Amino acid sequence: MNEKLSPKREAYNAIARALIYLCAGITVLLLVALIAYIFYRGLGNITWQLLSTQRSALKGTIGILPNILFTLYTVFTALVIVLPLGIGAAIYLNEYAANQNMVRIIEGATETLTAIPSIIYGLVGMLFFCQKLGLQSSVLAGSLTLVVMILPTIMRTTQEALKTVPASYREAAVGLGATKWYTIRTIVLPCTLDGVVAGAILAIGRIVGESAALLFTAGTGYVLVTNYFEALQTSGGTLSVMLYVYVSENGEFDVGFAIAAILMILVLAINFATKLAKKKLKRIG
Amino acid sequence: MMKARNAIERAMQTLFFCCGIVSIAAVALITVYMIISGLPAIREIGAVDFLFGQVWKSTAKEPLFGILPFILTSVYGTLGAILIGVPIGLMMAVFLSKLASPRVASVVRPAVELLAGIPSVVYGFIGMIVLVPAVMDLFRIKSGTTLFTAVIVLAVMILPSIVSVSETALSAVPREYEEASIAMGATWIETIFKVSIPAARSGIAAGVVLGVGRAIGEAMAVMMVSGNVANMPKLFSSVRFLTTAIASEMSYAGGLQKQALFSIGLVLFVFIMLINLLLNAFLKKGDRK
Amino acid sequence: MNKIITTTNFDLYYGSFQALKSINIEIPEKEITALIGPSGCGKSTFLKTLNRMNDLVPGVKISGEIKFHGEDIFAKEMNVNLLRKRIGMVFQKPNPFPMSIYDNIAYGPRLHGSPKKTELDEIVERSLRGAALWDEVKDRLKKSALGLSGGQQQRLCIARALSVEPEVLLMDEPTSALDPGSTIRIENLMAELRRNYTVVIVTHNMQQAVRISDKTAFFLIGEMVEFGETEQIFARPVDRRTEDYITGRFG
Repeated sequence: MNEKLSPKREAYNAIARALIYLCAGITVLLLVALIAYIFYRGLGNITWQLLSTQRSALKGTIGILPNILFTLYTVFTALVIVLPLGIGAAIYLNEYAANQNMVRIIEGATETLTAIPSIIYGLVGMLFFCQKLGLQSSVLAGSLTLVVMILPTIMRTTQEALKTVPASYREAAVGLGATKWYTIRTIVLPCTLDGVVAGAILAIGRIVGESAALLFTAGTGYVLVTNYFEALQTSGGTLSVMLYVYVSENGEFDVGFAIAAILMILVLAINFATKLAKKKLKRIG
Repeated sequence: MMKARNAIERAMQTLFFCCGIVSIAAVALITVYMIISGLPAIREIGAVDFLFGQVWKSTAKEPLFGILPFILTSVYGTLGAILIGVPIGLMMAVFLSKLASPRVASVVRPAVELLAGIPSVVYGFIGMIVLVPAVMDLFRIKSGTTLFTAVIVLAVMILPSIVSVSETALSAVPREYEEASIAMGATWIETIFKVSIPAARSGIAAGVVLGVGRAIGEAMAVMMVSGNVANMPKLFSSVRFLTTAIASEMSYAGGLQKQALFSIGLVLFVFIMLINLLLNAFLKKGDRK
Repeated sequence: MNKIITTTNFDLYYGSFQALKSINIEIPEKEITALIGPSGCGKSTFLKTLNRMNDLVPGVKISGEIKFHGEDIFAKEMNVNLLRKRIGMVFQKPNPFPMSIYDNIAYGPRLHGSPKKTELDEIVERSLRGAALWDEVKDRLKKSALGLSGGQQQRLCIARALSVEPEVLLMDEPTSALDPGSTIRIENLMAELRRNYTVVIVTHNMQQAVRISDKTAFFLIGEMVEFGETEQIFARPVDRRTEDYITGRFG
């Protein structure tokens, strides 16, 4: 009775267990090494001069201030457009749509948008926004392209938040004689604020990291433009796009590492913020 | 008063409806543009010459537009990434859903999510700085920018999708199945491999298909590590993917060359739509059970 | 009569809650022992302790002894996987694996050895016959087990448990999720199983205990109140609480 498992079974168990831990270890190690390496090579290269100036051919120096601004402009422009659009679409799906076929088609289309690779967004954005609408390679054209790309993210997170609002709230408001829109505006929407914030943070992450969709729509401009409305019409490379440009086309690896480190800090911050927003969402939901 | 209220109500409903159909409009717009802009070059070059031509010389005096090298590179690259990424990702998902204590899982899971948040240019850059020289030294080849290097980078990039989808599928395996296996005298490890993973297979398959979609659509990261030469794919030579073929020539292309790039986009788009159909089929199958 | 499982002063705690209090019972070999009692009385917990399925529940603590063939099942040298091979289990809700009927039965034999195809075919047939299911499924062995009816699924689970030739079969309310027809078939089956196996069954249904069991143990809030011949327990209970329960004064 006090026998053991057959050696074959023992071996199977030991090897399988080892494999699992090995793969988990590799993944975690990879991430840690990646972050450590980027910071090791990058943090030292983030200088005040880099952050506060623009590229100067005369002095032969590189500064990324314009690109930091272009990144902010792009994030801002895309969010200002996509948030109302995405929230509106989620409200339609969750609160208004009576026709289930319509809901299915919209959700199917949204899923399809998620699957389309960013290079395709870049192509269509270039054809439609830059050429057809005549926006040229500009921050506005890039932002509009990104709007389509991140629309599914905003729709999904808002829908999830809307679903956590108890039906009894709506019934109570309607029972008091409130119209549907009034109910949504005063009862439903405030409850979804955290979900919307979480979606917006996720979207910021996507925008900051995006490159392929922006390369041909917003371009690779690096001239300082402080006026927002002027910038909308100018070609402007975001940090991710410029990382590619500086590294692949100019061989400026130190600048590359500096930008990579800045992007990593942003990614870490965004991840942390998403966690916070989700936690808050859970507490309320 | 009542009338004004109704008017507002109707206006809002219309407004929300318009927001709702934006995604349909976007998909329609993308599809139409891909087809309209992609077909002319295919028609001019000839579908067979375009899809199965082995030589791409877009800037030659007598240009050749054969994209078989790109198609095969994308297919091989994706297969390679799946071959490496899926086992590792699946084991990671098993670790998170079946072996790790809640505390360990709550540290490791965000790490995987973090991996998903890293921009593709950063992956490409680090691949270029670390992986390319390493591949060159390790395999004693002239250049480290190879299909193999791209496969490694892609494998890392698709890991998070595979882990998260597989973990969801594994966690959804009914506890009763696992209890039945334990009661038959199976160890926990045996139970995971012989019951849990088979029971979660359609979900895991969905994760794999999602990974395929990500890998075949990735552009910037592979552009930075694959050498970008229009060779027929070999594991240790420089190659060009469908995505990178578009990205690398778009900035200076004109005329038929530019149209041909749009045609490549159309081919990629068709691939993605097929993968998406497959994905939905797997997800539906998972739902039914 | 041989006693196959004996417990001495066995206590079990879930965290600080004591679920079983000093259980002393001797389970006879090749008989059917029924465990009865109201919900939450600890009968299922006790059943799941016999093949150490409670190991899976976090925070379980035990004291006292349970011996199987005179050996402590909690001893360090005891291999729990081989113990479970010898003490099989059938659950309340039929839980066939999402595989073919054949693979369900072959699961255990493949796990504990590497049988040849012909051996496996034999085991599958013998187990299915043993669970009175062979005639109904012999033409669709490669079909999914999830396509069977609830009663068939439960008999498949019994066949699966039989496939590794256990000595003891633990059954946790095996018919509570089934229709009356299926229940009768399984009860008839248990009368057959009794010849070759020791059966311990938890049941909510007192008529079922009377119909099928040789011995009955009555559990109440973690204690085993009374244990004896089924006939005696139901006709002349010694303890007042047993009498109250079987006459339906509480439940």
